[in-house]
Amino acid sequence: MLKIEDLRVSIGDKEVLRGINLHIREGETFILFGPNGSGKTSLLMTLMGFSGYTVTGGSIIFRGQDITHMPMYERARLGIGMSFQRPPTIHGLKTRDLVLRCARGREIDPEAMAAKVNFTDFLERDINAGFSGGEIKRSELLQLMAQKPSFVLFDEPESGVDLENMQLIGKVVRRLLDGEVDMPPGACAKPLKCKLRTSGLIITHTGYILDYINADRGQVLYQGHLCCEARPRDILEHIRSFGYQECIKCLNEPAPGQIVL
Amino acid sequence: MKDVKLSDYTFSGVEHGEIADLRTLDKSDKNRILYAGVDLDQGDGSALFMQMDQSTVHCETRDPGLELLDINVAMKRYDGLPEFAWKLVDRDKDEFTRAVADKTHGGYFIRTKPGAVIKKPVQSCLFLKADKAGQNVHNIVVVEEGSEVHIMTGCSTAHGETHAAHLGITEYYVKKGGKLTFTMIHNWGEGASVRPRSVGVVEEGGVFQNNYVLLSPVGTLQMYPTINLNGRGSIARFNSVIVTPPGSYVDCGNRVIMNAPETRCEIISRTITTGGVNIARGHIAGNAVPCRGHLECKGLILGGGQMLAVPELDATVEGVDLSHEAAVGKIAQEEIEYLMARGMDEAEATSTIVRGFLNVDIMGLEGPLARAIQEQVAQIDKNGI
Repeated sequence: MLKIEDLRVSIGDKEVLRGINLHIREGETFILFGPNGSGKTSLLMTLMGFSGYTVTGGSIIFRGQDITHMPMYERARLGIGMSFQRPPTIHGLKTRDLVLRCARGREIDPEAMAAKVNFTDFLERDINAGFSGGEIKRSELLQLMAQKPSFVLFDEPESGVDLENMQLIGKVVRRLLDGEVDMPPGACAKPLKCKLRTSGLIITHTGYILDYINADRGQVLYQGHLCCEARPRDILEHIRSFGYQECIKCLNEPAPGQIVL
Repeated sequence: MKDVKLSDYTFSGVEHGEIADLRTLDKSDKNRILYAGVDLDQGDGSALFMQMDQSTVHCETRDPGLELLDINVAMKRYDGLPEFAWKLVDRDKDEFTRAVADKTHGGYFIRTKPGAVIKKPVQSCLFLKADKAGQNVHNIVVVEEGSEVHIMTGCSTAHGETHAAHLGITEYYVKKGGKLTFTMIHNWGEGASVRPRSVGVVEEGGVFQNNYVLLSPVGTLQMYPTINLNGRGSIARFNSVIVTPPGSYVDCGNRVIMNAPETRCEIISRTITTGGVNIARGHIAGNAVPCRGHLECKGLILGGGQMLAVPELDATVEGVDLSHEAAVGKIAQEEIEYLMARGMDEAEATSTIVRGFLNVDIMGLEGPLARAIQEQVAQIDKNGI
């Protein structure tokens, strides 16, 4: 699905990713841990193709296609979707209109979709205008449901969300990853599920999201390097007990000339 | 300010006979008028008025609650309309008002019956067809007590290249409890010189709602319509959407004078320059309390041009509540990328943001008009970016 090889990325003069290797398979959900400033968000932004994240080496292959330097919209059209942490407000653009645009001509029912994230009342509001933390998450999920990506990037799905919303968001994220977004009514879920399963790369600090989804693998990003691959729950447990300091002891392949602390 | 030399234009002899059925107009003329907001093929308004160059060519009422006359006919019939004509606009204000006072080619007199709620809009079209023609119009709108009407007025030249001058006086009278919605769409060209002069009075509990759209080029346009809220609890709202492509010079503002307690007003303008000059003015005066007014003036520069925002608040009594907000900016890269992450290419993303910024939807225009406006907005993106 997604193959990242020796990816090096800079923001301005600062190198933020220092040779990332990561392989996420079809239908797999991968969890990314790491302290603040470790490069997690930079990795997601680079995968989506944001300006300002300069790839200085390595490659990103998505479904066999080299997307390292592909414009953002082409990545989106290939099936990469992203949930934004702090999306901008666009005045005069109604949530409903954006949801319809996300579907790119595919027939969808915005009302039914919005109902799934308890967001019907927001369809006529300008997108993100005065949305609370939880509302932003629900709006992002609604857009992703309409977009129906085959690979989703989630930056901290639990941040700024109260407990009640967490449950809703957790369930919808799960449904999104299970590919159950707009299954034809009456269709037998089981055989479809395997075929439609969406892959995901999720950043989490708290790990709350792990209560709702089946996360297959996880890894810690620390100072621009990936290390410590394990089951997400084990990683979380380890970080809770020992903090991120322990991670430096098992950095996979420090870059040459890199000072290892 | 780009000057208008009146001697460059012909102010007599460009006349036309009556056109009984406006659907018989040239297809290209009808299309220009459609882009000015009046769909002549549909033609289902409560009344229909058309001024072509220096003649009133069509004047028809279909609603018994409404009176529509050519201004010269009305002046004759009502002994010079002593209550209304030149009461709000000073005929000696400038050379343009003087020109219209000296020789009024046409214009409309619209009056509702007290209490009449006119369901369908009055459609009016001021059209300049002949090259070098000067058009002097004088419009008077009287909304009687408790009545409501929506006037859609489209002003257009026959071609983008037509050299012509439009001088238009409009006086609005909104009586007690009346409501006037006045939507004006301009579709001029680079050769057009436009000098409207409009003043209105709103009595107790009356509402004046003004929508203005200018998306196409204009040589020079200067106007500063003024509404006096003279009655307790009266309200004025202005929404303007203005785009100035290269070669356009637009100096346009709205003024509301609140002379009575419990009055409210809101002036909102969205302007984009893609190379022209845009002066966005706004003025709210508070002379009685309580009163509340807000002025919002937001501009975008896309590519080039100049934008000068001049918001003014003038308060003369303690306790007024006036505010303004002016901003000139650009389209944020962050917004473009947000939409690109949803699969829109850069041009689609930009036009989506521009459409939202202009927010023409707020005016509630429907059907072919809304489509015509959307097409014009799409055009801005193509030319501007």
